[in-house]
Amino acid sequence: MIVALFWVLAVLAAASGFLVFRLASMARVTIALLVSFLAAGGLVILLGLAYLGVVVILMMVIEMIIMAVFMIAYMMQPAGLGSMAMSMSHNQRSAAAISAAAFVLLGAGALLAPWPHRAGPAPGNPTFQLGKTIMGPQMLTMIILGLVLLAAMVGAVVLALNRGRYDRFGDDLKQRPPADPARGGIGR
Amino acid sequence: MNWPRQEWERLMVANAPPWAVLLVPVILAGFAFAAAAADGILTARAAGGRLTGAVAAAPLAEVARLLTGQRRVTPAEDRVLWRSGLIAVPVAAALAAVVIPFGSVTVSRMSVGVVWFNAMEVLTWAAVWVAGWGANGTLSLVGGYRFVAQGLAYQLPLMLALICAAAGAQSLNVAQVVTAQAHVWFAVWMPAAFAVYLAAVYAFSFLGPFSYPAGRDLAGGVMAELSGPDRLMLQAGRWLLLTAGAGMAVPLFLGGGAGPLLPAWVWSAVKTLAVLAVLVWARRRLPTIRADRYAELAWVVLIPLTIVQALVVSLVVLTRGGVQL
Amino acid sequence: MTLQLFLLLAAALFAIGLYGALSQQAIVMIMMGLELILNGVIIAAAAFWHYLAPGMASGQVIVVVVVVAMAVEMAVGFAVTTAIYRARDVSMTDEAAGLRR
Repeated sequence: MIVALFWVLAVLAAASGFLVFRLASMARVTIALLVSFLAAGGLVILLGLAYLGVVVILMMVIEMIIMAVFMIAYMMQPAGLGSMAMSMSHNQRSAAAISAAAFVLLGAGALLAPWPHRAGPAPGNPTFQLGKTIMGPQMLTMIILGLVLLAAMVGAVVLALNRGRYDRFGDDLKQRPPADPARGGIGR
Repeated sequence: MNWPRQEWERLMVANAPPWAVLLVPVILAGFAFAAAAADGILTARAAGGRLTGAVAAAPLAEVARLLTGQRRVTPAEDRVLWRSGLIAVPVAAALAAVVIPFGSVTVSRMSVGVVWFNAMEVLTWAAVWVAGWGANGTLSLVGGYRFVAQGLAYQLPLMLALICAAAGAQSLNVAQVVTAQAHVWFAVWMPAAFAVYLAAVYAFSFLGPFSYPAGRDLAGGVMAELSGPDRLMLQAGRWLLLTAGAGMAVPLFLGGGAGPLLPAWVWSAVKTLAVLAVLVWARRRLPTIRADRYAELAWVVLIPLTIVQALVVSLVVLTRGGVQL
Repeated sequence: MTLQLFLLLAAALFAIGLYGALSQQAIVMIMMGLELILNGVIIAAAAFWHYLAPGMASGQVIVVVVVVAMAVEMAVGFAVTTAIYRARDVSMTDEAAGLRR
């Protein structure tokens, strides 16, 4: 039963991943990628990582819908309607050759490498194992992830906004309330 | 970490047989019907009409009317996406309700039930946006985008409120969250998390003060292009989501089936109905708020508030080895 | 359901994502390819944890790091796309050398 579920999820992940670059409507492309991620989350749950699988599902739904907003905004034919065919691609043959070569290399490595034996039994509570290691031996990883996320947040806002302090508060930085296109909810 | 669990352990070990999963949507629909009927009764009373039995059964009549209604077809609609988005709303509510224990009986023994509830409720983001997109209509699309904006505002405070409840119980398992409230309910010493959770229940079912995606200024927004069974899917989905949220508030913040004298499942039902009554009553008292008024509030006020609440919970759990008030 | 099967699936997702990242012109479509590549890495890391070393949490930490990398890549990628669009009114890579000033 679990083997059947594995095959269903694996074929779903690969097929919907392939459909991402074949469909014409941008909304359908985003939903295809979302389906691929949901299948991947299901596979992670099958491997015994319940918390990580559900977190992958949770985060990927949010990320894909935010990505859908940007896809619709920045693609020229978001609904795939109209006479212009969705052929916004270049170097198709060389890209296909490179990716086929990559698949052959990775697949050969996966099949031919002498994988070691399993190093021990699975823990009773993988979530607890993850929490304990993040708070202990892998605390450095956690700190770096936190800093990277903070830097990404600040960097993304700075890159995307083309207004600064002087646009908001005037030339002498004294104008209150600030000159924003939409007022916020708490009157800052 | 010594929770006095003995008197609860014997109650929370009952696990339902696998076929009981099919009962979950039925029970959820029952509670949702009660909430919709109460809403109808309050509307009739506010309008000054007579309260007959037909008013209380109005949701059933509405279901019958919509089931036999005709679907609206718009030009160049995205039929696959539209239908799947509409179906996904009630399905998400039913999946989220799978982890809610009924009294002392749990259908799912998932070790990450709290995160599962969050993940299933997030599916509404995808469902409502896709339902707004698929109709190929301007007002419908604007309604779908409004739901995404609302989602960005409510999601992080909701996640942090759920983290508060899980941290208080030191587990993501819903049964252990119930067991950890053997002495004091979480709603008593995590009031900020409870209040944020109830507001988020309104937000993810887009009813009440957060019905901005289906607002009257958009001729119904996401519901503008819906009729017949499509409309039933979304309308029923909203009430099912509200009910699932109210049902989850009981094991997370109100002690599950704990209570004197009566059996546990009666207490679960009573508490769920009480939360639903509060939500349905308050829905008519609060005006619909625009997203640009609460988005900044959610990010700048509610997120620090829930983080401080989580800090308080963590300090209590660490220093006292448990709350025994 | 062996380790090799999971790794083949991960390699397939990696290859599909690589094809998309190399052949698409629009920046957002390239990002979709990158997301597929990271999807493959998540499945591979989880499979390594389960089949080789479930007693150590390193496999799980790799999955967490990859998920964070996905989020960061999406955030900064869309911010860069917005900046390019504002500066040059384009959203295609073939015309996007304009941020380098």
